[in-house]
Amino acid sequence: MRNIDKIVNDMAKARGAVVVDSVICKGCGLCVEACPTNTLQLAAEVNDKGYNYSYMAAPELCIGCANCGAVCPDSCIAVYRAKA
Amino acid sequence: MIDTVNPIIAPENLIYAKSEVLLDNIMHYCPGCSHGVVNKLIAEVIEDMGIQQTTIGIAPVGCAVFAYNYLDIDWQEASHGRAPAVATGVKRLLPDTFVFSYQGDGDLAAIGTAETIHACNRGENIVMVFVNNGIYGMTGGQMAPTTLPGMQSSTCPFGREASRDGHPLKITELLAQLPGTSYVTRQAVHTAASVRKTKKALRLAFENQKLNKGTSVIEVVATCSSGWKMTPVQANKWMEENMFAYYPLGDMKNE
Repeated sequence: MRNIDKIVNDMAKARGAVVVDSVICKGCGLCVEACPTNTLQLAAEVNDKGYNYSYMAAPELCIGCANCGAVCPDSCIAVYRAKA
Repeated sequence: MIDTVNPIIAPENLIYAKSEVLLDNIMHYCPGCSHGVVNKLIAEVIEDMGIQQTTIGIAPVGCAVFAYNYLDIDWQEASHGRAPAVATGVKRLLPDTFVFSYQGDGDLAAIGTAETIHACNRGENIVMVFVNNGIYGMTGGQMAPTTLPGMQSSTCPFGREASRDGHPLKITELLAQLPGTSYVTRQAVHTAASVRKTKKALRLAFENQKLNKGTSVIEVVATCSSGWKMTPVQANKWMEENMFAYYPLGDMKNE
């Protein structure tokens, strides 16, 4: 039980950041759906191909869980995580 | 949009990035296509196992026909449905390599049913990755053997009717009956958790090939948002509500 508390505590302390390659992103929105903290949103602007690419709308909320990277079909997401 | 101000974005904090086995070519798949995730997972498994130099993929005909443009391994293109037969030849000539076929439902469960069933029945020591989206995606969303009852497609616009069009083919269940298969499972890639499970299944399949255990079949229930005429997020929801009822997830055989 203590172990679980520790994991939860560590997760709460983690700060994350997501870098989306906006040139490759096709704006499918699966990362936005997979994000547990609503960090990601689709941009109002479009990239060269006309897609509303994904970006970190609320960088302070990111916990670096990498769910967005896991579901990204175009492998255009890199995730960083550091202890807060 | 690289944020140079954010101190977290530093090489030592990187926890997830594109696999090195994936090439830089932009995938031709539609936005939100499950193929991209499955291609990526295969690349990650190959990278994790360190078998990039000894893996040979057999590309199908269908949406995944250009798979050889995305993974930096050796590939052989097969004619429509014949990937298990080509994989048989490659594996028998080069038994020390890792051989996998990558097929869709139109390829594996329709035109290639004979090759699929006989390769599994012979227990060929290969991995078969089967991406099932219930439709012929590449040619414009026609009815496939795996199309669900009542599901609309361009060749059954009022829904598939069993009395006229036959029943959806659960080929993975069929393959699990054959003594040649060692690992038969059905997975999905619609959530982060299911993506991680599918990666584990793929890893187990490649490990089985190392141990000469026989054929491993990994079915991935997938979406075709273009063919289904939905957004990618809607397609995932539709898949959860409809596809999983007919194609339940889980291991069918693990010997």
